[in-house]
This record gives sequence, structure tokens and C-alpha cells, in this order.
Amino acid sequence: MNSLISIWADRRANWVTFALWGLATAFVAYVFVAGGYLITVLQFALIYTVLVTGLNVFMGFTGQVSFGHNAFAAIGGYSSAVLAATYGWEPLPAGLVGLAGSLIVAFIIGYPVLRLRGHYLAMATLAIGLIVYEVAVQWQSVTQGYMGISGIPPIGIGRWSIMSDRGLLAFLLLAAALALLSAAGIRRSRLGRAFVAAAGSEDAARALGIDVARYKLIAFMISAAYASIAGSLFAYTVGFVSPEVFGLQMVVLAFTMLYVGGLGTVTGPALGAIIISVLPESFRAFKDYQDLAYGAALIVILIYAPRGLASLPDLWGKWRRRTA
Amino acid sequence: MNVDTTNARILSVEGLSARYGHVEALRRINLHVGEGELIAILGPNGAGKSTLMKAIMGLVQTEGRVTFRSTDVPRRDPAAAAALGIVLVPEGRGIFAPMTVAENLELGAYLVSDRHEFARRHGRVLRLFPRLKERLAQTAGSLSGGEQQMLAVGRALMAEPKILLLDEPSLGLAPRIIEEILQKLGELNKAGLSIVLVEQKAPLVLKLARRAYLLSLGTIVAEIDPATIKSHNELAHFYLG
Repeated sequence: MNSLISIWADRRANWVTFALWGLATAFVAYVFVAGGYLITVLQFALIYTVLVTGLNVFMGFTGQVSFGHNAFAAIGGYSSAVLAATYGWEPLPAGLVGLAGSLIVAFIIGYPVLRLRGHYLAMATLAIGLIVYEVAVQWQSVTQGYMGISGIPPIGIGRWSIMSDRGLLAFLLLAAALALLSAAGIRRSRLGRAFVAAAGSEDAARALGIDVARYKLIAFMISAAYASIAGSLFAYTVGFVSPEVFGLQMVVLAFTMLYVGGLGTVTGPALGAIIISVLPESFRAFKDYQDLAYGAALIVILIYAPRGLASLPDLWGKWRRRTA
Repeated sequence: MNVDTTNARILSVEGLSARYGHVEALRRINLHVGEGELIAILGPNGAGKSTLMKAIMGLVQTEGRVTFRSTDVPRRDPAAAAALGIVLVPEGRGIFAPMTVAENLELGAYLVSDRHEFARRHGRVLRLFPRLKERLAQTAGSLSGGEQQMLAVGRALMAEPKILLLDEPSLGLAPRIIEEILQKLGELNKAGLSIVLVEQKAPLVLKLARRAYLLSLGTIVAEIDPATIKSHNELAHFYLG
């Protein structure tokens, strides 16, 4: 219950908090009823919520940086795609194989790479993403190269599978909610406090007896797990994976969502994922100037809410105290 | 077994050197702290005081030996040093700003899993710093400078140190607050806690310390008995040579 409350309000809630969530809920409800193209947009936003929530554990809570989480999404997505489409596995065990693979890769890569900090860590993680991309392109016998893998069955268990768009949307809503709840639980736990301590001051954390290197590795593996699950969800939702799907575009999008939503906050990843998915669509009427309007909107958000949308209630509180 | 507590040493440092690249920050430091003693380490900016504290904790690469009650303190393993009972309040306090005061205190006792033990320590720290009690749910970043320093000391005490290292606790604080914090440190010392206090503002701590080492350019240039220091001039003599 506590983590449920902390999802609703990172710190002190005020009407802005409820307005933000009211808007998000109204939007989801509208899409549910209206259907059509927006359902696909929202499905993407929810899958990205899972991915960005994981990235936030590593970058927001633990204060590290990774440009390579697309690698883990690719491992999850391809494992699910290959096992389910080519070998006829059930979606759930196929996804779990991907999850296990991602955790093992995260452990093996994280152990040496996490000694690096800042820009060096960014470059090293970027390389992980590029390597996995190349593997997906070159290992044709399994991944079918640039062609990608299609005909991935929808998510389900045994004879039951989710065929309708609305059913899938409900399922993804549940998945995104679970991602947020689990992240809130992590943040409030002993583990989460160690993450935030490592982000604040590694020396101070070490002087208190916190094994910083170990917790960085754990945070990296946890965030890789979220990314892997997001990759599997993508494969089953779209029914198709290719190297491009898990390319650099995914990293850029996830970063934008994380910073616009609010780095280090619990709710930020969801708000960021929804806004960043919907913004370009809402500027469709601008035709040729769509990208321009989208870019301008991002700049405006980051100027007026530099700590992301999730910090708006805080900003409102400060503004009111100043004017009162 | 030596029962004379004035002779028993809680911490000995022998030939401790540290370097940043080609720059030698500490050169063959020798010093010791007796059980229950409060010693001061004085010196101007850049003398190597902070490096010395980090070197004792094992936060930087060093040569030489650090002994805690006749056990070798492992090098480059601050967690092990903390487990032995050596706890550092770092320069600039090192509090975790986005976390609440309560969470910061909890992190101080990170190695404690027993609930009752935790509650006992928590109560003790809040009795020592009642002001923190009112602020438990507030984020640490929103505290005043003095309160942040109290939190940093309180967090260190949650680890129940045998010896407490403090790196310039007076930094950036008003004189009245500094006095309050030094008074608390005096109380803790009277209750038996060994303390190493690093300071630039010598007059503040000479009233409190039993002995003081004067550090300059990475070496200890003098060991001072505060009782013999009669005037500021005499101290200035030590600083300026």
C-alpha cells in the first residue's frame, strides 16, 4: 500500500499531482473507448514505460549512465521471437529464457564495465548496444539478419491468447503498472537506499560500509531485466522484430522519456513515455513542421520543468510558497 | 595486557604515503590515537588533511600501515574499515540530499540487521541531536548547513564507531553552530569515543583536543600539546615556521 501511495505522489501531493494523473487516466480511458490508431500509440508508450522504468533504476536511482540498454531489450525480444516463432515455444517460457540470458550478459559485461564512470561508462555501454545490433544483423541462421523475424504469436498461456487490441492494451497497462509498483518498492527498500547512496556520494557510501561496486552491478542487472521484459513485450505485441527495432533510435527515445518524465522519480518514466509517444502524433496537423513543433515542445518542457514532468507538483508548491 | 588506557592505542599509522598521479599528497605519516583520546589534525589548505582521513579509511591508494587495536586495517576496503569501527564524516558532510533524514540515518547503520539494536542507536542519536527528530521526514537537502552537519555526525554514530574521523566539520557554518557541534563532540569523547578532528581553524579545537598534529605539505611537522600553546602568536609560529 505504501508503494502505491508513493506512485501517486513522489513527495507531497497537491492538485497538480492529481491533475497529471487525472489527465493520464482520462487519456487512457479515451483511447480505450475511441480505439483505432491511438491504441497502438498507447501500447508503445506502455512497453516503453517498462523499459524506461528499468533504465531509471540504473540512471536515476543509482546515478550511473547507460546508452546500451537496447542490447537487453534485443536479447529479450529476439529470444522470445526465435523460441516462439521458430520453435513454437509458449510465450512465457520463451520470455523467461530471454530474461535469464539478459541477466547473465548483464553480469558478465557489468562486472568489468561498471568500474568506469561518467562519459567512459556511457561509451562502453554504447558499445554493448552496437555489438548486440551487429550480432542480430550477422547471425542470419537464427535472426534472419535485416529481414527480421515475423509471425510471432500473441501473448497468452496455452490455448488462451490475447487477440484483441483492447485486450492487449489492458494487459500492457497491467505490465506497466507492475513495473512502476516494483520500482517504487525497490526505491523504498534497503536495496534502493543503497542505490541512492551510491548515486549521492560513492566515497560517503563506502565509508558507511556500503559495497558500492556490488550495488552498481545489482542495479545494472535489475535494469537489464526490465529492458529484457520490455523487449519480449514488444515482440509479442507487434509480432515482428528486426535489428532496427532495437537500434539507437530506441536509446534516444528512452533517454528523452526519462529526462522529460523526471530522472530518479518513480512516476517519471510513465509520464515521459506517454507524453513522448503522444506529442509527435498531436503535431500531425503541422505536416512538414511536425518535427520542429515536437522539438520546440521538448525544449519548452525542459526549460520550465528541468527535473521533468514528475517535478511539476514540487514546482507548483514552491511557486505558491513564494507568492503567498 | 596493558590496562593503562592512556597508553593503549586504538589507531596507529606508520609510514603512510599517498599520491595522486605524480603528486605526493602524503609522505610517510606516523601518528597514533590513544583509547578515548580526542586528537586534532591542523594545517593550512592543501596540507593533505582530507587525504589523510581518506587514506586511513582506505578510500585512496596508499603505502604504509594502519593498525586498529593491533589488527591491520585492510587497504582499499573502506567497508572493512567501517566494520572494524572506523567511521568517517567526510569533508562537505557527504549526506544524501534526495533522501529523507530518516533514510540517511538508516544508511549509517547499514551493516546492522537487528531491529532492537537499530532502534537503540536511533534513539541515542536523536537524543543527542533533538533537532533531527523534528526533521525525520524532510529531505536532507532541505536542511540548514548546521543541521546537515548534525545529520552527518548522527549518521556516522548510527554505525556505532569505536573511532570517529571528522573532516572539517566547521566548514561553512556559523560560529554559534560550530560551538554547538564541537560541544556535542566533547560530550561523545567524555563518554569514551575516540575522535580524530581535522580542522583549519585551530583555536576552535585546541580547547577540546588532548594532542594535535600539525600537517604541512603532506608531512607532520609538529606534535603540539594544546596546554602549552599560550597565544595565537605561538600557533602562528608553528604554521609559518
